[in-house]
Amino acid sequence: MDAITGNLDLWRQGIGTTLLLFAGGGVIAIVLGTVVGAMRVSPVPIARAVGTLYVNLVRNTPLTLVFFFFIFGYSALALPTLPNTILGIAAIGVYTATYVAETLRAGINTVPVGQAEAARAIGLPFGLVMTQVVLPQAFRSVVPPMMSVLIALLKNTTVAAGFSIAVLPRLQQTISNSHTRPGTSMEILAWVAVFFVVVVMLLTLAQRALEKKWRIAR
Amino acid sequence: MRKFRNIAAAALAAGALVALTACNSGSPTDPAGGGEPAPEPEVADEVALEGSPTYDKMVENGGPIIGVKEDQPGLGYLDVATNERSGFDIEIARWIAASLGFDEEDITYKAVASANREQELVSGNIDYYVGTYSITDQRKEQIDFAGPYFVTGQGFLVAADSPITEVKDESTFNGKTVCSATGSTPIQNITENFPEVKTQEYDIYSQCVEDLLSGKVDAVTTDAAILIGYAAERPDELKVLPDTEGNNPGLFTEERYGVGLPKGDTALQEHINTLFTDGHDEWQKIFDATLGKSGVEIEQPEVDPVS
Amino acid sequence: MSSVLYDVPGPRARARNRVLAVATVVVVLAAVGFVLWRFTLSGQFTAQKWSVFTYTNVWITIGEMLLNTLKAFALAGVLSLALGFALAIGRLSDHAWVRVPVMVVTELFRAVPVLVMMMIFYYGLPTFDITIAPYWAVVLGLTLYNGSVLAEALRAGVEALPRGQSEAGYAIGLRKSNVMMLILLPQAIRAMLPVIVAQLVVTLKDTALGFIITYPELLYYTKLLSSQARLGSPILQSAIVIGGIYIVMCLLLSWLAHWIEKRGRRSAKRPDAGPHDPAADDEVTLTEAISMQTGAGPRNAGGRLPG
Repeated sequence: MDAITGNLDLWRQGIGTTLLLFAGGGVIAIVLGTVVGAMRVSPVPIARAVGTLYVNLVRNTPLTLVFFFFIFGYSALALPTLPNTILGIAAIGVYTATYVAETLRAGINTVPVGQAEAARAIGLPFGLVMTQVVLPQAFRSVVPPMMSVLIALLKNTTVAAGFSIAVLPRLQQTISNSHTRPGTSMEILAWVAVFFVVVVMLLTLAQRALEKKWRIAR
Repeated sequence: MRKFRNIAAAALAAGALVALTACNSGSPTDPAGGGEPAPEPEVADEVALEGSPTYDKMVENGGPIIGVKEDQPGLGYLDVATNERSGFDIEIARWIAASLGFDEEDITYKAVASANREQELVSGNIDYYVGTYSITDQRKEQIDFAGPYFVTGQGFLVAADSPITEVKDESTFNGKTVCSATGSTPIQNITENFPEVKTQEYDIYSQCVEDLLSGKVDAVTTDAAILIGYAAERPDELKVLPDTEGNNPGLFTEERYGVGLPKGDTALQEHINTLFTDGHDEWQKIFDATLGKSGVEIEQPEVDPVS
Repeated sequence: MSSVLYDVPGPRARARNRVLAVATVVVVLAAVGFVLWRFTLSGQFTAQKWSVFTYTNVWITIGEMLLNTLKAFALAGVLSLALGFALAIGRLSDHAWVRVPVMVVTELFRAVPVLVMMMIFYYGLPTFDITIAPYWAVVLGLTLYNGSVLAEALRAGVEALPRGQSEAGYAIGLRKSNVMMLILLPQAIRAMLPVIVAQLVVTLKDTALGFIITYPELLYYTKLLSSQARLGSPILQSAIVIGGIYIVMCLLLSWLAHWIEKRGRRSAKRPDAGPHDPAADDEVTLTEAISMQTGAGPRNAGGRLPG
């Protein structure tokens, strides 16, 4: 318990930075992922090609390398410098966007074409087809996998620790280097693990509940 | 179809890379800081160090395993083009090994990051550690130190043609940008106590030095020994600043570098301390061949008594 | 050719699509051009920055680091498959005293991030005086995480099989373990093969986390190259080259997954592949599938059949 109470400021910073990366990365991922997903299913072949290239390139790169590019490569752009945390948010957002795009594409594809064709046959314009017919049905298929992506995003924030961003795993190094703060490396890492287990379990339970509620009978 | 495109692209890339390697093999044509070769310490024969479990282990293994740094030019540097290690700390490590009767070929170097130094010594994965290792009481709870063999402190590195010629304290850099390692003590000190000084943080020091050379930052700050190492590589482009009292380099904290040893090995500790105390000429030769190229002059410190 | 999102394009839609195509190309070229321009400004394309890759020594070491990466991946892959089997069988057991603890353990390993697990093995165990090499910390961390994910995939595969399969097995007098080994698992493996190989790609990518616990693999070497002050600190260049190596490796493995899935498609009817995993998705959109069936549409999707 000492390991927690004696280091409250560090824990607060660690959890705060983790949540910051999660929220910031999540927003970037959802926005960029929607754009890329839309490109992937659009009728424009160039847009489809660009989207596919982006998804395949980033999906086959380790997240650590994406971080490396953003944090070390940014200085090569000769632009005003940004703190590592911002660059980390960008890195994790760009990486997660690919999974968001894939999830959206898969969700759209679960809606039977007949639904959209029937909607068009009764004369609904594109906007109403989307909002009244397609998206409500796609929503049910998209949300549970999207929650998986968000859970993965939360766990991926730990990678930022390798780049001097103050996320939770970094606590272990700070505390063991200081020699004045209580807590052995094992205790700190165990508590970090407990944090993730608790949060991930909660999110997973929510995801399972949603899945069950929205299970579609076909 | 997609798979063929992928394979073709990969093969093309691989072929291009192989063609590139034909360009150059061996060492860089003009290593910066080349010239005088590092001194070759005489390998002692008939060494019989009694009562040192670490020494016995070294004899058993046929040579010492020395923990070092490999990314600090002038101090502990591994040249990837030639796989040669060079620098002040490396030469000190070689000197110690020679005094124990081990040749250069018997030495195994192991790169150990700062965070893992005590762990590696305690577990016996390395026999001793030479690499900007500051002597502190907290560390002495887990390991022992021999030396110190070098005294330094926080210093400032600027371009050779910089208008700043001496440092009073951090306020000398008001309105200018100072670069250091992410989250390091100097950065924290500046952000807390000198808000008019702008800071830039990077993960690795060489990035700071690159920015300094290209003019994007005005100064780099960390242990003066590390800065002197960079200055020694490029004495015409970089210089370490003296302070207002004429000390060169100007130091604003005190760090005493020692040789990390497993705890309790007083025999080895005494041997190394004696080596340092009696070997002033050798120390000076090592210094002149490595850090001394930057132009600063530093004295060898007195060793601590064996604890 | 119609799909959920858009109808067969008429003349106005075709014109709009052309405009969108041009706009996309312009935006992408502008972004890429901007990045290349800034890189040239900061001198990233000078020969000096790339000179580090003209030394054969560097390439030899890259080869060694690549081998380290593959070593960790190979062992972790094999062990996680074994662990995945064990945990899946445990989860499917009839005995609650086996099923519940295995379920708890699997969920636990899946919830902890891989890096935290690696750090527990490398930094946490020394608290109990057990030190393990970074290699084993990487392998064990990867095994525990990927093993539990694979266990879930296998379990989903087995549960998605038609009940008739196991009922037929029991009807001819097989015991539970035989039914599992001879009937259920082989079919489940075949159904889940794309997911399994996709998870292996994830394992390969996660070996890169090893550099955070000082395992000498490719990314660790990238950092070392970046600190080579004598060769211009080629941070971006080493990231690009070594990143390219990673991408090629993962593309090869992904292509293997794709190829296996396609082969599986052509064979006899497969059971439903369980919960949809976007990571194992293929490229055929509903659009192209329908266009192939009706024979309409100018686009041919290369002869791929819907699943």
